[in-house]
Amino acid sequence: MPAARDLSGVAGAPSGSGRVAAIRIAIILVVVALWEAASASGWFYRDVIPSLLTVGRALAVLAVNRDFYWHLVVSLMEVGQALAIGGGLGIAIGLALGGSRFLSRAFERYLYYLGPTPKIIFFPVMIMWFGVGPASKVALGALSCFFPIALSVAAGMRQIDPVLIRVGRSFHASPMQMAAKIHLPAMREPILNGVRLGFGVAIIGTLLAETKLSNAGIGYLIMQAYAVFDMPRMYAMLIVLFALAIAANELVGRYAGVHAVSGS
Amino acid sequence: MAAGERALGAAGAVAFGIAVIAAATAAVEGLLRIGLLNRYIVPLPSEVLASFPRIVVEENILAPFVVTCKECLYAMLLVAVFGILTGTLLHRFVALRAATETWVAALASAPIALMYPLFLVLFGRSATTVVAMGLIAGLPPAILKTVEGLGGTRRVLINVGRSFNLTAGQMFAKILLPAALPNIFVGLRLGLIFCLINIVGVEFMINFGGLGHVINELAERYDLPGTYAAIGFVILVSILFLILTERIERCLQPGT
Repeated sequence: MPAARDLSGVAGAPSGSGRVAAIRIAIILVVVALWEAASASGWFYRDVIPSLLTVGRALAVLAVNRDFYWHLVVSLMEVGQALAIGGGLGIAIGLALGGSRFLSRAFERYLYYLGPTPKIIFFPVMIMWFGVGPASKVALGALSCFFPIALSVAAGMRQIDPVLIRVGRSFHASPMQMAAKIHLPAMREPILNGVRLGFGVAIIGTLLAETKLSNAGIGYLIMQAYAVFDMPRMYAMLIVLFALAIAANELVGRYAGVHAVSGS
Repeated sequence: MAAGERALGAAGAVAFGIAVIAAATAAVEGLLRIGLLNRYIVPLPSEVLASFPRIVVEENILAPFVVTCKECLYAMLLVAVFGILTGTLLHRFVALRAATETWVAALASAPIALMYPLFLVLFGRSATTVVAMGLIAGLPPAILKTVEGLGGTRRVLINVGRSFNLTAGQMFAKILLPAALPNIFVGLRLGLIFCLINIVGVEFMINFGGLGHVINELAERYDLPGTYAAIGFVILVSILFLILTERIERCLQPGT
C-alpha cells in the first residue's frame, strides 16, 4: 500500500496531511484555471474544450435522463456477463496451469504472448461468430478479461506457501477441503487482482465494441454525441464512465487489500 | 500427470503444447471440410496460412506493420521518458507523491481507450491521435512502478552511497536507478501492453494508419482468411515488443 504508507509518512511531519490536502487543492485549481483559460482562448475549435460549467450542466442533464440509465444498464449487463464468462474460464485455466508445471510449460507461453494483443481486432471475428447484437460485445469483453485473470491466477497458484499445503496434507484434508481451506484463501489476492485487471479490460473491450457497431450502451451514446459534436455531453459521459470504473476498481482493490498497479 | 511430467521434461511439455495446437487446428480443418462448421464464419486454417504471403504481396502489409511498430516505438519512448521522469519527481517530493499517487493509480484503471473520439476532435484523424492515446494509456503503470522501484531501494545501498559522499545526481545514477530497474521494466512492460492495445485499437476504430486499419479493411471486404492472417501480424508485433523490452532489460542488468 504505497499510497497509504506515504500519506502516513507525510502525516508524521508537522501538518503533513494538511500539506497534502493543500497540494491537491492547488493542483485541482491549476487544472481548472488552465481548462477555463483554454476554453476561453479560442485556440481550439468551438466547443472542443467547453467550460466546466457547461460540462457540469451536461452532467446534470445526463443525471435526470432515463434513456441514459437504460443504456448504462445495457453496458453494465454486457460487462457483467463478459466478466462472468471470461473470469470463470480464466480462473479455471489459471488453476490448471498454476497447478501443473507440465501444462504451464506446454501452454502458458501462448497466453503470455496473446495477452498483450489488442482484443478489439478480434471484433470482426466475434461479429461473424455471435452476430451484431450484444453477444459479440460480451464475447469481446470475455476474451479481453480472460488473459489477465488466467495469468494472475496461474502465478498466484504457484506462489502459495508450500508450508500451507504441507499443513493441509498433514491433516489429511480432502481435495475439496484443500481447495476451500488452503488454495482459495491463499489465492484471494491474486484472484481479486486478476479480476481487477480483467474488469478494466472487460469494460474497454465491451464499450469499444459498442462504439464500433451497436445501437445500445454507453459506447453507442458516446459515438452519438461525437457524431453530432455534442462535446459537453461526451465529456459528461466519459466522466461518469471513468468514475464508475475507478470506483468499481477501488472496491475490488480494497477487498483484495491491494492499491497499486500490479506487476506481471 | 506427474508421471507424464517426469517422463517428458521441459522439451516434451513444449512439444506436447505444439502437438495439441496442431491437432486442434487439424480438427477445425476437418470439421470445416466435412461441413460441421460453417466456412462462411470460420475460414479454413490452411487458407489462413496461405493468406500470409498473399496479404504481404497484395495488401503490402509490411508497410502498415512498420507504421504500427513505429507508433508503438514513439509512444513507448515517450512513456519511458515521461513515466520515469514523473516517477522520479514523485519519489523526490514525498508530499506531491502522497497527493497524486492515488490519482495516477485511478487513471491506470480508467478506460482511457474510450476517449478516442475526444482525441480525434483535438488532434484530427492522424498518427498524433494514435501515439497520444498510446502515451496516455502507457504512462500510469510506468509512473507507479518507477515510484515503487525507487522507494524500494535497500537502505544499506543508500547508506553506502552516502558514505562515498555521492552527489544527488550520482546517487540517482549509481544507486537508485540501478536498484529500481527491475520495477521500472515491469512498469514499461505493462505500459507497452496498454500502449499497444490503445494504438492498434484506435487504428482499428478510426480506420487509419497501421495494422488495425488493415484488419478493418479486410473485415469490411469479408476477406476472412486475410483478416485472421492480419491478426497474426498484430500478435507478432506484441511478441516483438515484449522480446525487445526483455532484451533491453537484460542488457541494462547483465546479472539477471
